[in-house]
Amino acid sequence: MIHQVPMLVIGGGPAGMVAALQALEAGVDVVLIDDGIEIGGQLIKQTHKFFGSEMEYAGTRGFQIGNLLTDKLFSFDNFKYFGRTTATGFYEDGVVTALKDNKEYLKFKPEVILIATGASEKPLAIPNCDLPGVYGAGAVQTLMNLYGVMPGKKALMIGAGNIGLIIAYQLLQAGTEVSAVVEAMPCIGGYLVHASKIRRAGIPIMTSHTITEIEGDACVERAQIVRVDENWQPVPGTEKWIDTDLICVAVGLTPLIDLLWMAGCEMKYVAKLGGEVPVRNKQMQATIPNIFVAGDAAGIEEASSAILEGAIAGLGMANFLGAEIADYDEKHNKYWNELNSFRSGPIGQRISEGLKFVLS
Amino acid sequence: MRIKNHPILKFEFGRKVKFTFEGKEMYGYEGEPIGAALHDNGVMVLRQSIKLKRPRGFFCAIGHCSSCLMEVDGESNVRTCVEPLKEGMVVKLQKGKGTLK
Repeated sequence: MIHQVPMLVIGGGPAGMVAALQALEAGVDVVLIDDGIEIGGQLIKQTHKFFGSEMEYAGTRGFQIGNLLTDKLFSFDNFKYFGRTTATGFYEDGVVTALKDNKEYLKFKPEVILIATGASEKPLAIPNCDLPGVYGAGAVQTLMNLYGVMPGKKALMIGAGNIGLIIAYQLLQAGTEVSAVVEAMPCIGGYLVHASKIRRAGIPIMTSHTITEIEGDACVERAQIVRVDENWQPVPGTEKWIDTDLICVAVGLTPLIDLLWMAGCEMKYVAKLGGEVPVRNKQMQATIPNIFVAGDAAGIEEASSAILEGAIAGLGMANFLGAEIADYDEKHNKYWNELNSFRSGPIGQRISEGLKFVLS
Repeated sequence: MRIKNHPILKFEFGRKVKFTFEGKEMYGYEGEPIGAALHDNGVMVLRQSIKLKRPRGFFCAIGHCSSCLMEVDGESNVRTCVEPLKEGMVVKLQKGKGTLK
């Protein structure tokens, strides 16, 4: 059986959830599929309060925003959710296939599709980086913030971007010791408010340092770090071994764009957005008219901007389907103004420069 | 090991259930990923790499990396980071690529 649906959202993170809400409010029937055990994407693992303004739920903790959005979604009768459902293919006739619970094969034929699949983590290629005890940052959050499991006793964080800084702090909240945050760049990549919390807790943020090797029998036992010069070369004599049982890799993300490729959307490589990203217009519509994009799949940014991009895309999709939205222009402009003001900082400027290559 | 006191989060655990890992009895909470329950029980090595037999553990937690493929109730290649734990599950280390049931 093919499910004929007006709107299919692939990915139940902040972008997908907010897009679904926008369309539901405009009276559109929405089906959302997500491969996680729980809806909410990375939001439900976040214990810190968000920035920005009211639109992005500033001052509210990430997991609470996730709960809020979930409750709102399920209050709509015309919302249908398929959990533990992985989109597996996009076909020429517009059919999206998906696998539910690893058993049931589903087919959807939507009139309009949102691809809000998020991102995948970049790995770290050094000797013994595959030993148990080396985790992607997301996995550390999953263990400690969703399931209450201590990921380790003594952690070493690799990467001082927002994710590295935030999770280093979350590790402390979970009761794990953090030896250091190691960052190859000469400066801290994330917001200083997060960095300050780490520093106040007495954890060194070692910029211009990198991890070169991991050792351990069956699991991680220690790691070597070294200072790097301005050409990223290790400085001899600065090597140091640190005892650790948990190496958390937070060295960046790359957009999860398999479905966009499969669909044949025009893509461009934009380093400032994390990799290959879809060309889109101001409605967040890709070069195939019934495909929209939002969130990290459209370029690595943060949850607050994913919320706003989701709102823009959801509104655009409802409009694409011909829903009556009296104040469409007003809302569209409001979300863009919010997004632009959110992007006005130094990190946002980088994003804006990247967007020049793909936003028409 | 579970987190004892968290300053922000209150964990709502499911029903406590018994399962086995390599024949050894263990406990976890119903509905949580099998991999999380194993981690809580101190099991770090979830599989061996096929060629070089290197130990592999919990890595991505979203079912993408295949580092946690195990044999569960006789079925091979179960992604234990995204498979909910149930009462009485029989979890084993898988040999090589596993076998079809």
